[in-house]
Amino acid sequence: MHIVVCIKQVPDSAQIRVHPVTNTIMRQGVPAIVNPYDLFSLEEALRLKDKFGGKVTMLCMGPPQAEEALRKCISFGADDAVLVTDRAFAGADTLATSYALAAGIRQIASEQAVDIVFTGKQTIDGDTAQVGPGIAKRMGLQLLTYVSRIVETDLVNRTITVERRAEGGVQVLKTELPCLITMLENSNELRFASLPAMIHAAGYPVRKWNKEQAGIEDVDKIGLKGSPTVVSKVFGPTPRSEKAEMLELETSSLRDVSLNLLQKIFTRHPTLESDLLMKELS
Amino acid sequence: MSQAPNESAAPVKRPAGRGRNLELSEALKAYKGVWVFIEHDRGHVHSVSWELLGEARKLADKLGCPVSAVLLGGPDETLEKFAAEAFTFGADKAYIMKDPVLKGYRNEPFTKGLTDLVNKYQPEILLLGATSMGRDLAGSVATTLLTGLTADCTELNIDPTSRALAATRPTFGGSLLCTIMTLAYRPQMATVRPRVMAMPPADASRTGETVQETLGMVETQIVTKLLDFIADANSNQINLPYADVIVSGGKGLKNPENFKLVFELARVLGGEVGATRPCVQAGWVEADRQVGQTGKTVRPKLYIAAGISGAIQHRVGMEASDVIVAINTDANAPIFDFAHYGIVGNALQVLPALTQAFAAHLAQRSRQVA
Repeated sequence: MHIVVCIKQVPDSAQIRVHPVTNTIMRQGVPAIVNPYDLFSLEEALRLKDKFGGKVTMLCMGPPQAEEALRKCISFGADDAVLVTDRAFAGADTLATSYALAAGIRQIASEQAVDIVFTGKQTIDGDTAQVGPGIAKRMGLQLLTYVSRIVETDLVNRTITVERRAEGGVQVLKTELPCLITMLENSNELRFASLPAMIHAAGYPVRKWNKEQAGIEDVDKIGLKGSPTVVSKVFGPTPRSEKAEMLELETSSLRDVSLNLLQKIFTRHPTLESDLLMKELS
Repeated sequence: MSQAPNESAAPVKRPAGRGRNLELSEALKAYKGVWVFIEHDRGHVHSVSWELLGEARKLADKLGCPVSAVLLGGPDETLEKFAAEAFTFGADKAYIMKDPVLKGYRNEPFTKGLTDLVNKYQPEILLLGATSMGRDLAGSVATTLLTGLTADCTELNIDPTSRALAATRPTFGGSLLCTIMTLAYRPQMATVRPRVMAMPPADASRTGETVQETLGMVETQIVTKLLDFIADANSNQINLPYADVIVSGGKGLKNPENFKLVFELARVLGGEVGATRPCVQAGWVEADRQVGQTGKTVRPKLYIAAGISGAIQHRVGMEASDVIVAINTDANAPIFDFAHYGIVGNALQVLPALTQAFAAHLAQRSRQVA
């Protein structure tokens, strides 16, 4: 079984700070990590490999330093890693990204046929959840998003059955391989990397492909040129004009403050009290 | 983000082209109208579709064009009834496509159906809910049509110069906002999360025109089969986005056991329990309870934040709440900058006091009512 897992190297958004005056991102000191959602897909790919044997190939599009993210995935047990990196990819939106990654997957598949492509559910920096469906559509792969569990993989009949998270329930879907899967968060728990695996990963020769090596046929479809969306403005959120009305605990008792707050809430929202009473009675 | 419905479109700086085609071709100028994909499942329309119709109406009024609702489903589904409802929320027209293969959402037939309709009737804007269905479908349709798609928008407007859709969304975890436009491609696609836009009022007197279309696909052409749908048990359902009252806890509660104080207040108020990302990541509560940029967007009537500092990632998910109450030991916590009422104090003491006060008050009032 040959599985390709697409990942993205992202800044740890929890640690991003915005300059209060210039409204620019202060990247200094913000660590770059493997997009956390991608790791659920990586773990699921490794579990399929454990079960059926075969190979897991990592794929990433990004600047040369994204090599580190790929090494991390090698340390968890991926077998090979390809970094598609070229200045021509810069400024790509999700449509242009899915074109470049689909080309890269085709190149990988030309070496060994691919059974399943995994991507993360979404990234934590872009949050779009569009690249996975985009790759599937460009490659004509069956698309299974928000998968919470792989129920059965049948390599003889080349089918896969999964549970997919939908609004208000779970869909049980059966499809044919090859397909593209995005895993839901917390659907599994990532294994630990062993020390020998980390040493192996540190010295692993990540393959770096420029746009020609990645098999890009039409340069008008990658990077900024291949991106239909245009970022026209970036700005900081507007602060609310009024600050909170503070209820002092120092001058009155906790009980009085609570009762006072109740009155203020019900005055500010005149229908809330009757809504709560309706709920109580029903 | 809070919505300012009467605000005119912000002037948008024309971006540098760098050899890019940013002009709309003559053929694409023929694309007219604002469409909303109406999401429904097992006889029920997702409220996000009505919220989107409210936004679509405002956009269409600025452009001087009609609003259309798009409904795909099985032959025995009540799509005409949904269309009639869509008219009351602002649609002028409804495109209905019924086919046995459209019973229950699957990517392949829905992508073909929606793509075919867009190619035939050529809308300039297509909006979908940012749900598991809407995101799955939007990404596939935009790639098939090779057009721009902006996810999770918090504000939709029309750029007065280009008459393009100016879609604003949070970026970098909500630290910044960016406005994105699709200038040279049509339709301009965008998704919006449930509860980000306000529910429009229904006007029962409104009616519209219905257009019936066919898909032209048979089951044998579709590779993926829907074997079953396992509905969530009611007791497990956490419906944060549409809760009237939410009591949320943050890391200021110190340990997971203290979350029971949050649950108790929520129970007295008949509300839901929410949490910040760090609490969910630490495994204190279920992921479905996370409020914020990477969690759920909520707009309850009452939001009580206990031990929450008010990081921007949390704020973007809850600041549209009608009344926000914050309890925090740190008087300088950012949450006090956007809460309506604040108490500087220990949530572990304030929460039980509030629970008691609400319980006593509601018991007394319900005796009066009865």
